Amino acid sequence: MGKYIVRRLLQMIPVVLGATFLIYAMVFALPGDPTAGKCGERECSEAYKAAFYEKYNLNDPLPIQYGKYMANVVQGDLGENQYGNDVAGELGDRYLVTGKLALMALLWEGVIGIAAGALAGIRKGGFMDSLVLVSTLFLISIPVFVTGVVSQFFLGVKWGVASVTVSADATVYELLLPSFVLGSLSMAYIARLTRTNLAENLRADYVRTAKAKGLTPQRTVGLHALRNSLIPVVTFMGYDFGALLGGAIVTEGIFNIQGVGGYIFRGVNNRDGVAVVGAVTVLVVAYLLVNLLVDLLYGLLDPRISHD
Amino acid sequence: MTTVTTDPSAKQYRPENGRLLDVEELHVEFHTQEGVARALNGVNIYLDQGETLAILGESGSGKSVTAQTVMGILDIPPAKITGGAIRYCGQDLLQMGEEQRREIRGPEISMIFQDALSALNPVFPVGWQIAEMFRVHRGLNKSDALDQAVHLMERVQIPGARDRVKAYPHQFSGGMRQRIMIAMAIALDPAVLIADEPTTALDVTVQAQIMGLLKELQEERQMGLILITHDLGVVADVADRISVMYAGRIVEKAAVHDIYANPAHPYTEGLLASIPRLDRKGQELYAIGGLPPNLTRMPPGCPFHPRCGRARDICSSDDPDLLEVVPGRLSACHFSEEVLNG
Repeated sequence: MGKYIVRRLLQMIPVVLGATFLIYAMVFALPGDPTAGKCGERECSEAYKAAFYEKYNLNDPLPIQYGKYMANVVQGDLGENQYGNDVAGELGDRYLVTGKLALMALLWEGVIGIAAGALAGIRKGGFMDSLVLVSTLFLISIPVFVTGVVSQFFLGVKWGVASVTVSADATVYELLLPSFVLGSLSMAYIARLTRTNLAENLRADYVRTAKAKGLTPQRTVGLHALRNSLIPVVTFMGYDFGALLGGAIVTEGIFNIQGVGGYIFRGVNNRDGVAVVGAVTVLVVAYLLVNLLVDLLYGLLDPRISHD
Repeated sequence: MTTVTTDPSAKQYRPENGRLLDVEELHVEFHTQEGVARALNGVNIYLDQGETLAILGESGSGKSVTAQTVMGILDIPPAKITGGAIRYCGQDLLQMGEEQRREIRGPEISMIFQDALSALNPVFPVGWQIAEMFRVHRGLNKSDALDQAVHLMERVQIPGARDRVKAYPHQFSGGMRQRIMIAMAIALDPAVLIADEPTTALDVTVQAQIMGLLKELQEERQMGLILITHDLGVVADVADRISVMYAGRIVEKAAVHDIYANPAHPYTEGLLASIPRLDRKGQELYAIGGLPPNLTRMPPGCPFHPRCGRARDICSSDDPDLLEVVPGRLSACHFSEEVLNG
């Protein structure tokens, strides 16, 4: 197990280097003058240009530039963005918000998705099954920006039961609706995944054994069948959490959430290379770590998987 | 919660004159898209304390459905019990509420299945799965129940039981897994044990060990054993009586040595003839021609007549009853005596 983790961590090094180098190369090797537009209508002065090039090591060949950048990253220095703000500090603040939003979305997905899927799967073809199938199809077909804007209007503006926007503090109450909207699509997939797996496992031999042992239907379904059905569901949720950590541009935009998605989006729009590369570097590492956690969790959930 | 029995010897169910189980005129149907499949058509079996009844038949003959109906683990729907009674110690299981039946499953009647790898839950340790019987039915706490599980694993001769109690089913060999199934089934000292093809998935040498273990446990505990199989070789050593099933009905009933010496039904005759024999080396193996009937479209008359070498006109019009040919021997054939006399 320990060996496995070390091996996986070592495997992450080339992946992180490769991914960040590609991003770095793409952002900084784009044609055009990086100082263009920095000084309004006029062209920037030679002195400013020289200072700018010096600061970002732009006179060095690309691999050297990247090397110098990574040397700083390893020390926790992601550089300054266009506005002279510390990227690491800004990202830290935004990751707190994004992390909170992602966790809450995951909670919605898990609780409602699994419950709905279990109810549907117990009696395939029954009323609950049809209800869940139709409502999940509904959620899957509607784009997030529609769910977001419509629920914001009705729940937030018209009926006043939810917060319309999210302040810089991003309290749990404020994030209730946005996280639901963000998690709604995966919630639908989780419900369907749970339903299919449970319905299949209910026909498994070990469920027949559980009945023959004289267990209650609650124990047979809720423990023996559901425990097996949740293996793919938890795995899906793990990968989904990794994806959610990348930020949610649309949801963040609708509810004015100061998260990572908006940060990257604005960075790309403004050609703020330092901000984009910094954010994406953190994102790649976070995603890889979550992936590793999911794989470890998978081994715990299914004893037939071994990490030797 | 289930009731906690403080004194396990104070059993609620007591056999009358040694009779444990009486299945009378059991009818079961399956509602499928192709129509109604009559899986059981008036099955009668009984079981006394300490004896072994073998139910013999091809796949689809209704032997597993009989077992699952007695256990009460048939999926209803698609199955439907349309008639009959299953008396356990004089009480009709089919008239009982679900909760009362649950208290019988495990402590009174228990079952082991063919493929232990799929019949055991892959995500729980084997000890946990055995201990679950004590926790649910006896209200034992975790560690006491696990101790009981270790004792049972030792009883079914699993080497290093105490160390392996936390291992998962996939970490055992096929024979060891079946031993764990058996340990689980006998955990609460049931009066009836139903073994549904317990050795089919195993090697021949392991088969003999498992059958030996079952026989030993049966004698030790005076259990009634219902052995469901299609393997005539397995039956010969273990069973006292045999019921041969065909198309959801019992076509022949007899003591085990009588059947082997002299079958009274053409189907049994065919089954015995299809056992490969060393003294007929080089000759073609015998097989009963044709296939078992489609249960949704049963042939008129005797269900076996399309495959029967002795069939005559009456066989395609009249369905023979299961009648006594000679004392202690029943056969459902118009020409039972002819078959019996060779």
